[in-house]
Amino acid sequence: MALLEVAEIHSFYGKSHVLEGVSLEIGEGELITLLGRNGAGKTTTLRSISGIVRPKSGAIRFEGKDMIGREIYEIARAGIALVPEHRGIFGLLSVEENLRIAVRDGWWKLSDVYDLFPRLYERRRNGGNALSGGEQQMLAIARALLNNPKLLLLDEPTEGLAPVIVDEIVKVLIDIKRTGMSVLLVEQNLAVCEKLADRHYVLEQGRIAYAGSAAEFAADHSVRDRYLALNG
Amino acid sequence: MLNLYLFQILNGLGLGMIYFLISVGLTIIFGLLNFVNFAHGAFFMLGCYLCYSLLAATGQFWLALFVGPLAVAALAWGAEKILIRRVYHLPHTFHILITVGVALILQEGAIIIWGPIGKSIPMPDVLQGVVIMGKFAYPKYRLFLILFSAVIGFLLWLLLERTRFGALVRAGSESTEMVSLLGADIYKLFSLTFALGVGLAGLAGVLSGPIRGAHPFMGPEVLGIAFVVVVIGGMGSFGGALVGGLLIGLVQSLMTTIWPEGASLMIYGAMAAVILLRPYGLFGRA
Repeated sequence: MALLEVAEIHSFYGKSHVLEGVSLEIGEGELITLLGRNGAGKTTTLRSISGIVRPKSGAIRFEGKDMIGREIYEIARAGIALVPEHRGIFGLLSVEENLRIAVRDGWWKLSDVYDLFPRLYERRRNGGNALSGGEQQMLAIARALLNNPKLLLLDEPTEGLAPVIVDEIVKVLIDIKRTGMSVLLVEQNLAVCEKLADRHYVLEQGRIAYAGSAAEFAADHSVRDRYLALNG
Repeated sequence: MLNLYLFQILNGLGLGMIYFLISVGLTIIFGLLNFVNFAHGAFFMLGCYLCYSLLAATGQFWLALFVGPLAVAALAWGAEKILIRRVYHLPHTFHILITVGVALILQEGAIIIWGPIGKSIPMPDVLQGVVIMGKFAYPKYRLFLILFSAVIGFLLWLLLERTRFGALVRAGSESTEMVSLLGADIYKLFSLTFALGVGLAGLAGVLSGPIRGAHPFMGPEVLGIAFVVVVIGGMGSFGGALVGGLLIGLVQSLMTTIWPEGASLMIYGAMAAVILLRPYGLFGRA
C-alpha cells in the first residue's frame, strides 16, 4: 500500500478550476518530484494534500486514512509536513523559537537539526526576519523535520538561492532521504530533481501528463521538450 | 504642593496599570485572532460587579480577586465556542456587530441582576488605611494595586515570551495558517487566547472595583480608553499597551489636578499627537 494516495482530486480557487483530476502515489521512503510549468497546479497539489485547499471531489488517503475535510493541523499531526514556497518563517520569533514550536515526538530532535544545519545553531538567537533567503529555507526545512512527519512536502526549496546554497540543500535532502522519510518535491531546477528523485510526475494544466521512473525520465528527452521546455 | 503631584502621579500609575491590563487583553486578541472585541468593556464591568457580589457574599477580597477574573474568562471561553468563532472569517464590521450585541446583553443582564443604579464597593479590610512614608501618606489599596498589576504584567510577559503557548500566540499573529501547518490546534489556541485576554479585562474590573465602584454603563467608556491605549501603543504590542496605559493614566490623573474639565480632551489629544507622529503607534509595526 502506498503511504500517500491522491486519486482524481479536483481543486478550485474561487471559480477557477486549478486541479482537474490529479492522481499520484508515494511509497514509504520514496522521493518523488512533481514537475511542470508555472501555473500547472504544483503548489495547489501540495496545498490540497496539506488541507489548505479543500478538493471538491476525489480522495486523498494517507496510510489508508481519508484526509479530505480534515483540519490543517490534523493532517499535520497525521504525519504530513509542508514547507511552503514562501517558507513561512515567523519574523517576530527567534530562530530557536521557530524550531521549538514545531517540536513533536519522534526521531528528529533539536540537536539533530542543528547538526544538519550548523548555521542555524550559530544564528539561534537571531530573529527570523534577520535571516538570508538560504538561511530561511534551512530553517523552514529544519522546522518541518522537528514535526517528525512521515511525508515531507517541499515547494521549490531552491528557488532564488545561490548555487552554493542549492548544493547544500541538495546534500541535506539526500541525508533526509537516507533516514527513510518520504518526500514530495516540487522543483523547477531539473538538475536538482535528477540528482534526488526515484520517480517523476509532470503536471500539465491541472492533470498528470507524465509519470515515470528516474531512469525512464532520463532516457526520454521528448518529455522535457513537450512539458518543461520553457523552464528546462 | 509637591506632595499633591506625587499623589497624582501614583494615582496615575495605578490607573495606568488598570488601563494596561484592559488594553493588553484587547491587543493580544486583536494580534492573534485579528478580531475586534467591542465587548471588552462590558467584560470589565462584569469584573467590577463580580467583585461587588463576591465581597458582599463572602467578605473575602482575595477570593474575589481569584474567582472573579476566572469566572469572566470562563464566560468568554464559552462565548467564543458558541458564538465568536463563527465570525472570525468575516470582515471586522461583523466582529463589531456581534460583540456590540454581546456587550448589550451583558449590560442589560447587569441591570437585571444588580439594578440600574451603580454599586459602591468597600475597601477590603486588609488593605484599608494608608502607608506613611515620611511626610507622605498614600492609600494602601492603591499601592497594592500598582504592585499587584506589575506582578501580573510580569507574569503575562513571561507567558508570552518564555513559553510555548506564548510563542504560538506570537507566531499566530504573523500567520495562523503556518501555525496550523506545524500541527498546532489553532481553534484551541484562539479559545484560550480569547479567554485570557477577556480574563485580563475581568481582573482589571475586580481590581478597580474598590476605587471606582460598579456601574452598568461603564463598559463603553472603558472600551473607548482601551482603544485609545491600543492605538497609542500600537496594535498587537505588549510593550505598547504598557506604555500607552501608563501614559493615559498619568495624563488623566495629572489633568484632574491641573485642568479637570480638559482631562478627557487631553487623552484624545495625546492619541491624535501620537497618530500624527507615528501612524502605527509607539510600538506598532506596519
